[in-house]
Amino acid sequence: MTQQTDRPDVTDRVPPPPPRELPAGSRDGSHARNFSGGFLVKLVLVALIDAGAVYGILAAVAVRSWVIAAFLVLVLIAVNWAYFSKRALPAKYLVPGMIFLFAYVIFAAVYTAYIAFTNYGDGHNSDKADAIEAILAQNEVRVEGSEAYDLTVLSRPDELGFAIVQDGEAQVGSAEVPLQAAPDATVEGEQVTAVPTWDVLDFAAIAQQQEAVVALRVQVSDDPNDGALRTNDGSTGYVYESTMVYDEAADTMTNTVTGTVYTPDDHGNFRSAEGEALTPGWRVSVGFENFTRAFTDQRLRGPFLEIFLWTFAFAFLSVATTFVVGLFLAIVFNDPRVKGRRYYRALMILPYAFPAFLAGLVWRGMLNQSFGFVNEVLLGGASIPWLDSPWLAKFSLLMVNLWLGFPYMFLVCTGALQSIPGDVLESARMDGANAWRVQRSIVLPLLMVSVAPLLVASFAFNFNNFTLIYTLTGGGPNFPGAPITVGSTDILISTVYAIAFESGIKQYGFASALSIMIFLLVGAISWWGFRRTRTLEEI
Amino acid sequence: MRRSIPVVAATLGLALTLTACSGSAEEPADDTTSSAAESTGSFVMWVDETRIDSFKPIAAEFEAETGVKVELVQKISGEIKDDFIAQVPTGEGPDVIIGAHDWTGSFVTNGVVAPIELGDQAGNFAESAITAFAYDGQQYGMPYAIENIALIRNNAILPDTPATTFDELVAQAKGAGTEFSVVIQQGPDAGDAYHLYPLQTSFGAPIFTQTEDGSYTTELGLGGPAGDAFAAYLQKLGQEKVLDPQIDGDKAKQAFLDGKAPYIVSGPWYATEFVDEGMDISVLPVPSAGGQESKPFVGVQGAFISAKSKNAVLANEFVTNFLTTEKIQTELYESGGRLPALTASAEKIDDPILQGFNEAGATGAPMPSTPEMGSMWEFWGTTEVQIIGGQAPDPAAAWNTMVTNMQGAIDAA
Repeated sequence: MTQQTDRPDVTDRVPPPPPRELPAGSRDGSHARNFSGGFLVKLVLVALIDAGAVYGILAAVAVRSWVIAAFLVLVLIAVNWAYFSKRALPAKYLVPGMIFLFAYVIFAAVYTAYIAFTNYGDGHNSDKADAIEAILAQNEVRVEGSEAYDLTVLSRPDELGFAIVQDGEAQVGSAEVPLQAAPDATVEGEQVTAVPTWDVLDFAAIAQQQEAVVALRVQVSDDPNDGALRTNDGSTGYVYESTMVYDEAADTMTNTVTGTVYTPDDHGNFRSAEGEALTPGWRVSVGFENFTRAFTDQRLRGPFLEIFLWTFAFAFLSVATTFVVGLFLAIVFNDPRVKGRRYYRALMILPYAFPAFLAGLVWRGMLNQSFGFVNEVLLGGASIPWLDSPWLAKFSLLMVNLWLGFPYMFLVCTGALQSIPGDVLESARMDGANAWRVQRSIVLPLLMVSVAPLLVASFAFNFNNFTLIYTLTGGGPNFPGAPITVGSTDILISTVYAIAFESGIKQYGFASALSIMIFLLVGAISWWGFRRTRTLEEI
Repeated sequence: MRRSIPVVAATLGLALTLTACSGSAEEPADDTTSSAAESTGSFVMWVDETRIDSFKPIAAEFEAETGVKVELVQKISGEIKDDFIAQVPTGEGPDVIIGAHDWTGSFVTNGVVAPIELGDQAGNFAESAITAFAYDGQQYGMPYAIENIALIRNNAILPDTPATTFDELVAQAKGAGTEFSVVIQQGPDAGDAYHLYPLQTSFGAPIFTQTEDGSYTTELGLGGPAGDAFAAYLQKLGQEKVLDPQIDGDKAKQAFLDGKAPYIVSGPWYATEFVDEGMDISVLPVPSAGGQESKPFVGVQGAFISAKSKNAVLANEFVTNFLTTEKIQTELYESGGRLPALTASAEKIDDPILQGFNEAGATGAPMPSTPEMGSMWEFWGTTEVQIIGGQAPDPAAAWNTMVTNMQGAIDAA
């Protein structure tokens, strides 16, 4: 029936299909506007995206994630506008990329920046409401020497209550009414089994409204200081007293035993006048504190300069060694006189196909001082501390990175070499240039035009090459006696990890601030590098 | 008018998807209400890969008994603790997490666990197991197993141990003619302070000072002449090649399995493997090196309840009323090979290996669970391994620098 009554409604609202004013395609060939096969495919695809977005919006609204909901609404509007508008031709190509850019890059960057200005970390893990709840829960203790009661959970419309047996007498109470004798209740053993006007809840019924049951406090007497009955499991009750009380109007915590008043400070803690802080605290904005701390913390100062210089040395030497080796091999295997060079080339790419973290772990095992393949087999039982002496560890790191990185340079150099026109080289030879002269004056300058930006990018990558450092040496060998546990092969980004995570106390805010500073540094160097590479193009 | 075709089509499509979505959103809601009548509900429990096999049958039994479904989620052991701290505030965390007692401090300072009421059951457990999960006068976890390290002997190489000091033990082990004497696992970079701790305590240099009842304060106790003596002893063991920074956990286990060492200092996690491999082993207390009794750290396994659990009654029912029964604690012992925390279950065990571990840990105190403890390990193990490996030629100086740095980390926190 509903189908039939609905249908006229719909047809009323939908205007009849407009008469075709012009033959399709004569003036408007765009898929945006006419019913062709392509349009229908697009309609289906966009409908699928819309369905996903609408589902996401509903799900986000349900859990009150307004930012995500707003983002999805914008995505929904952008997608429909881009693909159904006639004027938005570039947007049709850009929209998917823009959405992924926002979701994966911009959001992560903005969120990191936001965290950098907060004190998020151990002790400041959540928001203020959670902190208050946790402090109150942690300071609600069972009254010493009090009894454990076999508790019965009762319910009435709009109300829950507890019933216990105290000194052989049934007592019933609720959130509003303190425990009082209920002589007409039925008692079996130590448990109340029925109370007039109340329903007794069984375990399944308690589970249905467990949050309300756990939150219920029934005062033992008219005096709140006597404590309140509560239950965690719905079957056993204990009398608790709170030693900490939160005053919502004044926004203060008060210790009921000592009378100490704790007020919120600007670092997300309730703090007494004497300076004693309650834990947990909550996440607050701390301005530029995380950034200034990087320069003022005495404990960071000691090893910082060495790590800073090593980061530059590591990134520069990694690029230099991989480029030299890669270029040399590319030139050799670009020579048509080398037989079977296709197979050699395929072999050369192999290290590139390994995931870096796996290679790091494998090399770590092979370079082990006492049991590693290199010492035991290749060097016949030598005991060379490849990863355990400060300078050898640096050397090993560069060697492994060379092994990992030269195939990339080999690939890009091979490609660049093959794009150099043969007639240029031939005319150079005709002019009497020898092989060395051809390489130096023709091949290299032409090669650098296309490869130099990749070298800058490779520098930026190695500047933050956390994976290799972490898997191969873990930053070690550690500096003896340094006030933070960092080592000879730590670069800036692995130092951030050591400070913010490995030190045992998580400091997400500080780590974010440090990584933003490293990002700015790498960004500046890369910007300068890319500007320089432009001059290479002016040949 | 032409313009309206795609507009109408899009509106219609949107309307259709909307109805489709709202329809599908309602269905699961119907499901939960209808199925709730049959089962009592469910809660989520996080367990790491080392314990999940023990807990699968336990979860099934709980469901059979109460109708409450336990949704077990396997987490990686290295990440489960940090994930829990990060996820609980978002509301995506579990209701229950199985873990070690030394997480208590950071869980409490981050406000992610709810206090547990032991009720009158506290007396049924080994005292150290209960105090291990206590923090600032509140109970936060329910223990189920206790573990500690001890000296394990390969009876096929050496049938008995007359040694009363660690030096004598090393001498006897060297006499056996095997490649290694007493294997204590280390790591080339971060060392392993946990496995050296019995030796350290025998010099009277505990990590933090201890109160009368053996529990730890937050005041460093490993400095002073006792610490210097232990540092010098480490250097000596390193020079004698008893300790080797390159021997990590896997290599230590393999050396013992291959019969290359008569002794290893390790815990029940490897002992069960040795027994499974058919080795004949005995478990003994670690002999004293510095004259005093050697006391390993005691670790306690247990269950915590999330501070933001929406299934608090079910979670409490499982943790305080089900996990504490003798039947379950015995089952967990049988699958996990650790000493049960419940005294009634522990007393029924006549396994000599487990009793050996129990005796070795009898006087040990639970590892400190304060957040400060977390920042000690790196300094501690690094310095020890540098003394052993010879990178720190003056052991006492290196040790004292370490104590200063540890104090710096405590002050900075």
